[in-house]
Parts: sequence; C-alpha cells; structure tokens
Amino acid sequence: METIYLWIALAPLIGSIIAGLFGRQIGRVGAQSATITGVAISFVLALYAFKVHVLDGGEVFNGTVYTWLASDLFTFNIGFLIDNLTAVMMVIVTSVSLMVHIYTIGYMAHDEELWPETSRARAGGYQRFFSYISLFTFSMLMLVMSNNFLQLFFGWEAVGLVSYLLIGFYMNRESAIYANLKAFIVNRVGDFGFLLGIAAILVYTGSMDYHEVFKQASQLAGIQVELIPGIEWSLISVICILLFIGAMGKSAQIPLHVWLPDSMEGPTPISALIHAATMVTAGIFMVARMSPMYELSEAALSFIMLIGAITAFSMGLLGIVANDIKRVVAFSTLSQLGYMTVALGASAYSAAIFHLMTHAFFKALLFLAAGSVIIAMHHEQDIRKMGGLRKFMPITFWTSMIGALALIGFPGFSGFFSKDAIIESVHASSLPGADFAYWLVLLGVFVTAFYTFRMIFLVFFGKERMDKHTREHLHESPWVVTVPLVLLSIPAVMIGWVAIEPMLFGDLFKDIIVVKPSHDVLAQVGSHFHGAWSFVLHGLMSPAVWLAAAGVLLAWLTTMQFPVVAQQAEQRFSWLSRLLKNGFGFDAFNTIVFEKGSLGLGRGLWKWSDLKLIDGFMVNGTAQSVGRLADVSRLMQTGFMYHYAFVMIFSVLAIMTWVLFF
Amino acid sequence: MLANWPLLSLLVWLPMLSGVLVLLLAGRSSQMARWLSLIASLAIFLLSLPLAFGFDATQSAMQFVERYPWVPSFHVEYFLGVDGISMPLVLLTTFTTVLVVLAGWDVIEEKTAQYMAAFLIMEGMMIGTFAALDAIQFYFFFEGMLIPMYLVIGIWGGPRRVYATLKFFLYTFFGSVFMLIALIYMYFQADSFSILDFHKLPLNMTEQIFIFLAFLIAFAVKIPMWPVHTWLPDAHVEAPTGGSVILAAIMLKMGGYGLIRFSLPITPDASHVLDAFMIFLSLVAIVYIGFVALVQSDMKKLVAYSSISHMGFVTLGMFVVFMIMANPVGEGGAALALEGAMIQMVSHGFISAAMFLAIGVMYDRLHSREISAYGGVVNSMPIFAGFVVLFAMANVGLPGTSGFVGEFMVILASYKANFWIALTAALTLIIGAAYTLWMVKRVIFGEARHAEVSSMPDLNAREMIIMFSLAFFVILLGVWPDPLANVMHATIDNLVQHIAQSKL
Repeated sequence: METIYLWIALAPLIGSIIAGLFGRQIGRVGAQSATITGVAISFVLALYAFKVHVLDGGEVFNGTVYTWLASDLFTFNIGFLIDNLTAVMMVIVTSVSLMVHIYTIGYMAHDEELWPETSRARAGGYQRFFSYISLFTFSMLMLVMSNNFLQLFFGWEAVGLVSYLLIGFYMNRESAIYANLKAFIVNRVGDFGFLLGIAAILVYTGSMDYHEVFKQASQLAGIQVELIPGIEWSLISVICILLFIGAMGKSAQIPLHVWLPDSMEGPTPISALIHAATMVTAGIFMVARMSPMYELSEAALSFIMLIGAITAFSMGLLGIVANDIKRVVAFSTLSQLGYMTVALGASAYSAAIFHLMTHAFFKALLFLAAGSVIIAMHHEQDIRKMGGLRKFMPITFWTSMIGALALIGFPGFSGFFSKDAIIESVHASSLPGADFAYWLVLLGVFVTAFYTFRMIFLVFFGKERMDKHTREHLHESPWVVTVPLVLLSIPAVMIGWVAIEPMLFGDLFKDIIVVKPSHDVLAQVGSHFHGAWSFVLHGLMSPAVWLAAAGVLLAWLTTMQFPVVAQQAEQRFSWLSRLLKNGFGFDAFNTIVFEKGSLGLGRGLWKWSDLKLIDGFMVNGTAQSVGRLADVSRLMQTGFMYHYAFVMIFSVLAIMTWVLFF
Repeated sequence: MLANWPLLSLLVWLPMLSGVLVLLLAGRSSQMARWLSLIASLAIFLLSLPLAFGFDATQSAMQFVERYPWVPSFHVEYFLGVDGISMPLVLLTTFTTVLVVLAGWDVIEEKTAQYMAAFLIMEGMMIGTFAALDAIQFYFFFEGMLIPMYLVIGIWGGPRRVYATLKFFLYTFFGSVFMLIALIYMYFQADSFSILDFHKLPLNMTEQIFIFLAFLIAFAVKIPMWPVHTWLPDAHVEAPTGGSVILAAIMLKMGGYGLIRFSLPITPDASHVLDAFMIFLSLVAIVYIGFVALVQSDMKKLVAYSSISHMGFVTLGMFVVFMIMANPVGEGGAALALEGAMIQMVSHGFISAAMFLAIGVMYDRLHSREISAYGGVVNSMPIFAGFVVLFAMANVGLPGTSGFVGEFMVILASYKANFWIALTAALTLIIGAAYTLWMVKRVIFGEARHAEVSSMPDLNAREMIIMFSLAFFVILLGVWPDPLANVMHATIDNLVQHIAQSKL
C-alpha cells in the first residue's frame, strides 16, 4: 500500500515538473497531457485508497517515508498517515483538481491574449499554469496525508507558495502582484503563530508525530505556563490557539481574511481549486485532525467559535455589495469557511469536514460556472453589465443554479445537510459564546441566500445589459468547460444524501476525530436523526430554511421587481454601503498601521540609528576624532631644531623637579 | 589512495599556487587567465570532495590532521585538521570559488588575471582559516584574506570604493587586533598555540570575560552583528559581483565559525554569563535589520541587510544553548540550536551567493542596482525570473529550500529557552517575506516600464550553469538536510558536553 500512497502524492509532482521544466519543448498538449495524467493517476489511486479504508474498513496506515532530519534527540520524518479522514480528503482534493485540470484546457485556451505581446513570459503561460496547479495538488496531498507536524507545515507553506504564484499569474498586472504579495504576507502572519505552536509541541512532547503528540496531549493539559509573568495559561490552550492562528491565515478568518478577496486576481480555475475547494480549507482540516488536542481546551474552542461566527456573518454582508462576480463568490467562500470554523468551535468536527466536502464541490462548481460566464463575457466581471445569460448558456445556467441552491442550503441539496447540521450543532453547544454564534450563523443563512440569488438574478435573468458586441458573441462554453460543471453538479446535489449518516452520526471518523462526551453536540443532533429523508423534512420546519427563502425573495424583489428600491436604500444608507464596500475598513487599517508603519519604522531605524548614530557618530566620528587628534599632534612636529631643544630642556627640568621634590 | 595525501595542505596551498601561476602565465591574456582559473578552481573543488566522502561522521576528533613544528622556539605549529563544523565550510568555499570564477568570466575585461588570482589566493586563505588548528596560523589566514578582498573591492569596485575599502579594512582589522592580544595571552598560559589546547585551558572568570570580549570584537565585526555591521552594506554595494559573493557566502561565516571554534569552547563561562547580551544583539539583528532592509532602494544593500538579519540566527543559535540547558522541561535542544546555526551558515552561503549573483546578472545588463531602474524583468528574462523567485523563496525561508532548515531548528530550540525569544526570532517569517518579496515584486514582476529592461537578454549558458547548480543545492538541502546534519552530530555533541562543563 505504501507505494500506492507514494504515487498518489508523486504523480502530480512528476506531471508538474515535466510541464514546468520542459513546457516549451513539449508544447501545450504535452503539458496538459502530462499533468492531467498525473492527477488522474492520483485520483484513481485515491479512490482505491478510499475503497480500502472507508468501504472495506482497512487498517490505518502510519509510516515513515524518509527521515528529513535527525538532530539532537529529535527526529523529523516525512511520512503518511492514511485513515478515513485522509482518504476522504484525498478524494476531495484529487477529484476537484482533476475537474479543474480539464476545465483549464478550455479556460486558458486564449491565455496569450491577456499578456502584452512583447512579453517573453507570454509563450509558456499555458504550460506554466498546468505546472502550477499540479504542483499545488502535490502540496495539498502532502498536507493532508502527513503524519507529523513538520510535513504539515511543509505542505502548508507549499500551498501558500503556489497560491502566491497563481494569484500573481498575470505578472504584468499591478493589481495581481499586489494581491499575491499581500496574500503571502498575511498568510505568513498566520504561519508565524503556527510555527510557534509547532515549537511548543516539540519542546513539551519531544516529538512531531501526530499519534505520539496526541498520546501526550492530556499531560499537556495539566501544564500551566506563564508567558507573561503573573498570568498563568494552560499550555494546551496556548498551543491550540497558536495553531489556530495559522488556520486563521490559511482559512481566511477575521482579521486575517483580507487576502482572499484580492486573491481573485488569479485565473478562475485556481480560484475554484485553491481559494475555494481545497487550500483555504486546510485550516479546517488541521483543526479537525488535531481534535484530540482541541477537545482539551474550551478556551480555544470558544475563541474558534466566535471568530468563525463573526467571519460567517460579516463576510456574507460584504457579498451583498460586491459587483464583481468572482468577488461575490469569494465573499461567500469566506462566509462558508466561517461556518466550518464555527462547527469546529462547537466540537462538531465531523460537521465541519462534511461542510468542507460539500462546499468543495458546490463552490468549485460555482466558481467554474462563474469562469464560464467570464469567458463568454470576454473577461467582463461586473454583474451589473450582465443579465439574461440563461438563454445563451443553458448548461452554465443550470449548473450555477444547482451550485447556488446547494450554497443557500435548499432542502435536499448537499449544502443543506451540512449547513443545517452545523446550525443545529451550534444550537446544542453549551460552550461560552455558543448563543451568540448561533444567532450569527442563523442570520448568515438569510444573508447568504440574498447575495447568492442577487448574483444569479443579475447574471442569468432580466435584461441583457452588456454591450452589443459582447452580446452578439455570447455562446455556451466548449465541452472541456461544461463537462466538469456537469460532473461537479452531481456531488453538489447528491453527496449530502449519501454522506450525512456515515460522516456525522456513523463511525467513519471513529478514533480519528475525538470528542469529549460533554462536548458531543453531534450526538445530541443525532438522537433526532432517522435517516436523510426525515432530516430534510425536519429541516423544512427549521427557521434556517425560511430565512433562506426570505433571502431569495428579497433578492428577487430588489433585483428583478423593484431595482429602484435597492438604489434608494443604497442612497439612504450610504454610510452603510460605504462601510461594506470598504470591507469594514480592514484594508485601510492595515495599510496605515502595518504597511506605512513598517516602512516608517524601517526608515527611522535606518536614517537615524544606522546612518546618523552608528555610522555618523560612532564610526566616522571615531575616524574624525583620530583625524583631529592627528591635526593637533602634527603641530608639535614643527621641524625647527630650537623647538625640540626647548621641549627637551623643559622636560628635563620638569622631571628633575619631580624627582627632587616629591 | 587519497587518504594518504596531505589533502588539507593541498587545499590551502594549491589555490594560492594557482593564483600565482595565473598571475605569471596569463598576465597578458585574459582568456587564458579565465580558463586556467576555472580549471584550477574545479580541480580544487574535486579535490575537496574526498573530505566529505572520507569523513568519519562518528567521531568528534579532528580528521585529516597534519601537524608539524613550524617555529619551535614559540611553539608555533603547522597544524591543520577538520571536524564536523569546519568540513562543510571548506566545501562551501571550494564550491563558491568555482561560481565566482564563472561569474567574472566575460564581465571582468581588465586585469582579468589579477582578478582571478585574487580570488584563488583568497580561496586558499579561507580554507586555511577553516582548517587551521594553530592560533597563529589561524590569525595569519584570517588577516591575510583581507588583502585580496581589499584589492578586489578597491580595483574592480564601484565609484565609492575607496571609502568602502577603508571602512571594510579598518573595521575588520580593528576587530582582530584584540583577538591577537587574547591569543598571545593564552599562549603564555598554555605554552602552546594549539587551539585544541586552548579549549582545555583553565581560565578564571575575569580572564574569560576579557578573552571573550576580545574575540567578540573580532568575530562580531565579521558576522557582522549589530551595531558593528555598517561596513557590510557599503562593502557590498561597491564590491564587484564576485567580491560580494565571497564576502556574503564565506567571509561572514568566519565570524560565526570563530565564535563556535574559539569563544564557546575556550570561554564557556563567559559565554554563559553574557548569553543574554548576545541573544539581545542577535534578536536586534533579526528584527531591526529586517525593517532596515525593507526600506532600501539599492538591491545590493537590501540583500546585504538581509544577510545581517539571517546571520542573527547563527549567533542566536549559538548563544541560546545555555538557557536551553538551564530549562528543566524536556530533554535536548542545545545541539538542535547549534546544528541549526551551522546549517543556517551553510544555507546562507548558497542563498546569499545566489542573490548576489542574480543581482550581478541584472547589473551586467543594465549597470544599475537601483530597484526603481527595473520592474517587469520577467517579461524579458522569464527563465532568470524563475530562478530569482526560487532564491527569493529560499531567502524567505520557505520549507523545501535550505533557508528553512536552519531558521526552523533555531526557532524550535529557542522556544525551549524562552517563548519570547522564539516569538521575536519568528518575526522574520513576516519581515523577511515582506522585504524579499516586495523587492521581487518591484524588480521582477510588473510591466516593463523602461525600454532598456525590455531588451535585456535572458540567461546565457554560463549563467544558467551558475544558477542551476545553486538551485540544486538550495533545494537538495531543503528537501533532505539530514546528510549535512549527520556530519556535525559527533562534533556538536562533543561541543555541547564541553561547554556544559564550567572551567571554573
């Protein structure tokens, strides 16, 4: 089996290297074949691993591939831990990745049009893109397959690197290279916490291996540390919160969410793969994987729940005022990541993973559909300039509808199952802050439905508002684009029905996700569970469904029936609209405080301390003093014999006086 | 067969001899000087490989030892040997010299023979510094290499080269005078100039403090540590590419090497007493210098400051060990910190060389080091841009590159000393990313605004070889650092035991 696991990870890497290093020689077809083959191999083998572990109940694999470094008493290994959680994640990652690879053939077909003609980077863009997304797939697989914290960090940063490269794929665009720098640095803030968390684990347990660390977790809970003299903290809370700071960066939770909306500068396929379906959920996966540790710290759980709830609600609000089709979907991603985070905080880890899975499919679908719209619109992304696309692009329309319905949690669609489970779990939670979080996630449902269908109505219904030229060329996208859409709509509808019972209430994640009995909210939700059908029927009675319906209705009223009302509301509450359009001012704050502040600090240290104090005063000052001393002492060397004679006689007299009289 | 050869002597004297030969034979013909130097440096590099393959990693004693009396009346010896600390640095030197010869290939058109000879002679001196086990011999090489470097900057340097060379020379020379006094003092105590004897020399606290400070002045200038770092940016800016590469990749390592070879083992108690001070200086270097790097408009200055910041991890790793050993929680950590410091030195050798060579590639085309003169280089030099992004990521300490390994080990280890030390050091994750990638954004990415930038030709074969070989080691060391660490284990363990024992 170990060879199979190795190939799951390595096949995309090999594809990536071939496309990356020899892209010019093998051409477009060569690059796409190499990478798609790699990912396809990986996908098939991941399915096989899924069968072995999940369906046939195969044994957990936990083994070392090679020793990265052995130093002191510590060993850092590269190794795999393959259990049901990993198997599920591998299938999600490879399947979405495969769809995105195929879709890319269509999306990037006219890539060269987006480059300046003189640029020599233009020629290999297509191959480079394939190389990057395959490299991403490798990194993400290494992340989810890891059996230790070192490799987790490796994958963590490697996906960050690919994200950096892909957000800035169009290297000529100022906005793109600003966005990728921002994404990397904000993620680094998270990684800063993450690395310290890892360091704490190594220092107190002496190991990087998950199982070894989990074994010692209960001892860690007993240790109190004084980071600030006088204030004692439980070590496990410190570790959990430090690790979660990493997750806040990668999974874009407030206040480290600022990079994700800007990351939409990247081509749409990667928005689907990296910034919706997989990479951004790495933080969610990490916390779920670490559940044996998080369960021991209620402080960390409450913190996570609050951060998640605030993100879920407030980022949804931003989706209402966004007019760029990709940004609307991006804000919805932020909001949905908030939902997953809330679930983690409520100890409903399985629900978080469940939502991660359904979201991966329906959000990848929505993004790819948005990409299909963007191609048809000749890279116009403003939804106010669209409209009526339903007639021109039926496949894109229907698949978008499926994605949207899943997103808002329409009963029976995959998102309904996972989101409802999260809301119910938070409702059942008794941790501090759970009430507050419950109201936010509940209201978030209304907001989600509103912005999602505002987008759907504006894009696909109503009058065609695009210019004449664009309108004449409107047509459905080629099959390489539509086939992935159709394939992704299948799980977007179906997966909830199939997966809810084993994932949430069965023993799929038994012994992998550990929940304290007193935190076990899913067991409470599960006590009312009598199959998927009754869950749907029960859901019809819940407030969430009605809130979603109200959101859709409001969207219909404000976009289709009475758009005037929307305009008036925007004028009346212009301060609110400004606040939302500025994303609550996070960007402005960061620019003023961190960006300008750092530059000011650097300039101050350099000009005043380095140049003036050290160089000017100490170094050159010393040199000048030596020079001045020399100037003075030079005066003594007059060259006149009688001066020297005079000094000699005077000195002899002085010495004699000293000797004789003292 | 090779085992019986006086390998270290060859590695010290052959470069100097070839340097002289190049001067004598190829004074007129630049082309001949280039080829001769390339052959010589390659041969020396190959000759240094048996050091790695023949090295017995299980023992901590000196290997490949050569020991003869030299000036018997003063007990000065000709004493060479390497252990797990110095062996990797010798290899780094022989490797880097090949690159420097290649880097100066078409660029240095005047006085080519002298240029190449200076680097070959310097190579011998640098290897001598790492391999010398007699203090006088060490001092001789340590000071001697200043002369060729002085000439390289002074003759082939930029417009302000006179100021830079003077600053460079006086700074470093000022530092080492104190070291000489300390060495002579210890000679009178030990009646020997053997560094190994110095290790065992019992010294009281006052003596240790003075000796420590004397060494510190010498080595802190070389590393350089804040606040005696200001010569480095000036020297780098004025130096030709090859000079910068050697300066950053090897010469700075002399300081770190000195601390671990002299200060820690000879004055363990003084190191212990003054460790907080040293940690403070290291953290200042990491954070303060990082912010200073952020606002540089000259690429070479930026990378020079980044070097100082990265070398902060070397000194941090070396002096955090006492606090680690004092912490009762868990076991180990001291060797992790020291090995981290050593790996950081080797890795920084590759990365800083790569960064300076990359800047050199651009400088050769546009004759500017100003960030604002560039922008959009990727449009004309996509292959080069790929390498730059890779090396920038290594500079940022991305896992999978060599830059990650040392920093990671030192941060992990220093958490054991104190949470706040680790936290401050880890700030480099953010600051380092900011200054490095912001430079990449402004130089490599974006639209090509200047016409000259659009017409820059991409890497030629010679430059490709240089970049590729550096990339190879940067990635290899990042993906599998174990072999390098393995070489050091025995030596470092021995050192940890040694410094754990008070001399008082």
